[in-house]
Amino acid sequence: MNKCTERLYNGIIKENPTFILMLGMCPTLATTTSAINGLGMGLSTTAVLMFSNLIISLLRKIIPDRVRIPAFIVIVASLVTIVQLLMQGYVPSLYASLGIYIPLIVVNCIILGRAESYACKNGPAESFFDGLGMGLGFSLSLTVIGMCRELIGAGAVFGHVIIPEQFHISIMILAPGALFTLAMLSALQNKLRLPSATNGDAPRSDLACGGDCLHCSGCTGMTNHAVLAEKKAEAAAAAAAAKKAAAEKALAAKKAAEEAKAADAAKKEN
Amino acid sequence: MSKLLNVSSSPHVRSSVSTQNLMYDVAIAMLPATIWGVMQFGFYSLVVVAATVLSCVLSEYVFETLMKKPITISDGSALVTGMILGLNMPPTIPLWIPVLGGMFAIIVVKQLYGGLGQNWMNPALAARCFLLISFAGSMTRFTDPVTDAVAGATPLAVIKAGGEYDLMSMFIGKIPGTIGEVSVIALLIGAAYLLVRKVISIRIPATYILTFAVFAFIFGRQDMGYVLAELCGGGLIFGAFFMATDYVTSPITPRGQIIFGVCLGILTGLFRIFGGSAEGVSYAIIFCNMLVPLIERVTIPTAFGKGGKKHGGK
Repeated sequence: MNKCTERLYNGIIKENPTFILMLGMCPTLATTTSAINGLGMGLSTTAVLMFSNLIISLLRKIIPDRVRIPAFIVIVASLVTIVQLLMQGYVPSLYASLGIYIPLIVVNCIILGRAESYACKNGPAESFFDGLGMGLGFSLSLTVIGMCRELIGAGAVFGHVIIPEQFHISIMILAPGALFTLAMLSALQNKLRLPSATNGDAPRSDLACGGDCLHCSGCTGMTNHAVLAEKKAEAAAAAAAAKKAAAEKALAAKKAAEEAKAADAAKKEN
Repeated sequence: MSKLLNVSSSPHVRSSVSTQNLMYDVAIAMLPATIWGVMQFGFYSLVVVAATVLSCVLSEYVFETLMKKPITISDGSALVTGMILGLNMPPTIPLWIPVLGGMFAIIVVKQLYGGLGQNWMNPALAARCFLLISFAGSMTRFTDPVTDAVAGATPLAVIKAGGEYDLMSMFIGKIPGTIGEVSVIALLIGAAYLLVRKVISIRIPATYILTFAVFAFIFGRQDMGYVLAELCGGGLIFGAFFMATDYVTSPITPRGQIIFGVCLGILTGLFRIFGGSAEGVSYAIIFCNMLVPLIERVTIPTAFGKGGKKHGGK
């Protein structure tokens, strides 16, 4: 199961959907007013993501290529409906505070992105773990953002107030606070050079994704990379041909020189 | 051949105006309003202004030291930001709020965008809005300088609610409000200084105030006293002369400055007359700051020798 743990690491740290891939910004900014809301949003997305990846991976040979997006949407929407009804039944307060963002998981770009770039090309087990990793990465980021905003804006940690009312900087639990927190955490992530797909860990390349395609099992830079590899191969072939030609030329020149020398020597002898 | 030819690139003729001169002029121009505010609201208001200035200058110093950038505190821009922010504070505010505002203005609004000249939003106003949203209670608790009691309402709020107002005391500055905005006459003295020293041009303040007056007359009440009270109340005069004319965040083209002033007037009128709050100058100015690149793009003046009728063509 080494491949599966690699998927988990990839989702949580290396290609963290919030801080590295910058996907799913809408729920990230809107639902992280408190740590518990962030966690709830993250976990419900994780549940949908795991099973949508699993089902899409199982059906990947059946779904015709031309209608794959509608097919993915149908699968994701069914799963979201299940999650929505379960949440409404068992955690009604969380359901109420997340509001419209639960049904909006259907159009969450992380889910469609993973389906399109990973699950429809890989086996069910890896896809399931890819979904789990991405979902946990998303939950982790949302919880951290939620904790920061809740602590500064409402002076509380998971609902326990620890800072007195008059010191609450309430802009942090409003919309601008979400952008401040996200920007600061992303900057911190970049500054500390945490191991991620965009931070030094991968070999340097001119590709947007960092070009570490050996360990990347699907990102939008794939086609870009293929073109680049083709060009590189062409260049290498041309260089090899030129080298060969040069070597032949040099050999010919050497031969000619030797012959001339021999002729000279023969002349002298004569 | 001992005489060396001194070769230098243009410009060869330089103006004596520098960032430092301009900033200190602005600071001097704010002194009358500051002195009036301190006389009205007591020594504590001086402490508030000093706290914001110190907080701004220190934040700039610490940030630039940490980021290993050249230290620019001597150019006076942090001082001016601090003064504007301080004059925008209510006189009874707990000291840590202005200090936080100064840090926000310099670090988030100015330095994170690249320092002076790169910030697209007026740092002092952005910080004021940040504080106003975060601490709505403390930021709108004004004292009445005449009765020395904590009065809830500024004259603008009274007018909005349909109450009585005294135009003369609003003009002189015997009203509740933030430290620097109350006295129109002190602000006008400072503005005259800036205009005489040619630090600011009259375009933005004049179009701003005129547009707002027309807007208030048409959509507010058709009454000259009301229009004058709206002009003298709140931060309109302070905003028009000291904040809307900030070099970095206002258009540099003359036509652009007029468009900018008109936009400010309309937005302030909209916020004051149709909005929920009695005051709208800060939001109008930072909103128009965002329009500046667009305004500048459509008002680029024709370069000398370009455009116009073509002469002598084939």
